Amino acid sequence: MTDTRWINAVLTSARPRVVAALLRHFRDLDMAEEACQEACLRALRLWPTQGPPRDAAAWLIMVGRNAAIDATRRQRRLQPLPEEDAISDLSDSETPTIERLDASDYRDDILRLLFVCCHPELPATQQIALALRIVSGLSVAQIARAFLVTDAAMEQRITRAKRRIGGANVPFEAPGAVQRSERIAAVAGVLYLLFNEGYTNDVAEQGARAVLCEEAIRLGRLLLHLFPVEPEIMALLALLLLQHARADARFDDDGNTVLLPNQDRSRWNSSLIAEGLALVDKAFRHRRPGPYQVQAAIAALHARAARAEDTDWAQIALLYGALEQMQPSPVVTLNRAVAVSKAEGPEAALAMIEPLAGQLDGYFYFHGARGAFLLELERMQEAKVAFDRAIALANTPAEAAHIRLQLDKLAGAARAGGKKKVPEKNS
Amino acid sequence: MQYAILCYHDENVVCAWTKEQDAAVMAKLSVVHEKVARQGKLGPVARLLPTTAATTLRKDREPPIVIDGPFAETKEQLLGFYIVDAENLDEVLAVARELAEANPGGAYEIRPVGTFKDGKQAP
Repeated sequence: MTDTRWINAVLTSARPRVVAALLRHFRDLDMAEEACQEACLRALRLWPTQGPPRDAAAWLIMVGRNAAIDATRRQRRLQPLPEEDAISDLSDSETPTIERLDASDYRDDILRLLFVCCHPELPATQQIALALRIVSGLSVAQIARAFLVTDAAMEQRITRAKRRIGGANVPFEAPGAVQRSERIAAVAGVLYLLFNEGYTNDVAEQGARAVLCEEAIRLGRLLLHLFPVEPEIMALLALLLLQHARADARFDDDGNTVLLPNQDRSRWNSSLIAEGLALVDKAFRHRRPGPYQVQAAIAALHARAARAEDTDWAQIALLYGALEQMQPSPVVTLNRAVAVSKAEGPEAALAMIEPLAGQLDGYFYFHGARGAFLLELERMQEAKVAFDRAIALANTPAEAAHIRLQLDKLAGAARAGGKKKVPEKNS
Repeated sequence: MQYAILCYHDENVVCAWTKEQDAAVMAKLSVVHEKVARQGKLGPVARLLPTTAATTLRKDREPPIVIDGPFAETKEQLLGFYIVDAENLDEVLAVARELAEANPGGAYEIRPVGTFKDGKQAP
């Protein structure tokens, strides 16, 4: 690795802490971002010859703060300054920055920064874009590519998000316990969304979008560093790691989606799985269950099964039952039904999902799963109707291709004249 | 004589490596590993998962208590270790220097090993 690339990794890892501290000083997202940018440029200029400082973050905060104050003074004649009280800590600028960076400040700074970017008043797409721009420091072009929009559109989305946040008034005092846990929950929710944005079903998009999954994991680790005893944060990170571990196995050589039961498990990333399983164990030790823990436990059961047929479906069905109680939703019930179909058979599963027909009528997976249950029960005519409906609702070519495969199987079974055939299951 | 080479690095920096950067460092390291292994001097090698996955049992009280996270909050963390066979400190330092060239940043702590059991035989 060349010097500059090594410096880049240092800058990337220091960035959240630096922007967070600068935001506390300047109370303005744009100013904090520009100051950080300026400090990074100076680092790239100075570190290759002077060597990196022992505490890179403290150096960047100090340099960024001084650079921004200098710039403001230079511009004084050209444009009106922000109000004096908008710039805090000017009087004590001699105090070594490091002294004020005690652990609790640092923790609340970063949480505040994450929370500002994930502010509940922003729509989800703006939350994610802003977090990637400000916290992760991805370029607008990188984010635009990941979201499949033009640079100009993304620039606009980020500008709009910043404007809204300007009016949102996030308090700068240290948050109370209730506030803190609300902020943690909001941030966790956005990391989960960010990951799902990257978890595409289209192989053509996978290269550009993988960065979203990786950033979600990096921010998840950061959040867990800040709150090391929060079982739900452990579980969120575990969930992301366990799902991301399957990334390489999710597509075949032709770019078709490979469903979980058919994946080549030797292509799963064993190191990510080990980390995920360790975190699930750690979370459960706290005996404070929550929805991320249940979902992580389900992902862990899949990860622990050496072969698809070794999957503990009975346990998974129980876990979905628990999730249903915590977060009732027809989609969770549908997932529970799929697990029940494996554990107890298609009849019980079909009975579970029939009441959902109204709510999930426009949902691809509902008709796909229903078709699979009916196929297994050899109710061919009804299965065909369900699959036809599913194929009409497919969101991607891969989803449509999967249903077409089921329809082919149906046609094959019809030609075979009712010869007993074990159908492949859809999950 | 056996030595442990304990690898310390800022894990936030290591986690900020891109997949390609990580793979490049690992490829360079494995060249050194192979060289030492060919001389029959390479013992077990381990890369540890991030400290967020760590749990600590504090046994300075009764009963011991379990804590989430690493034993010590430090700027650099223990991220892995090597056991190597070497005649003397100079030889193990030479190995460490080669490893350092492949993976700059952080520090290697070199500790002579007192007792080593590979766990394969009964005690």
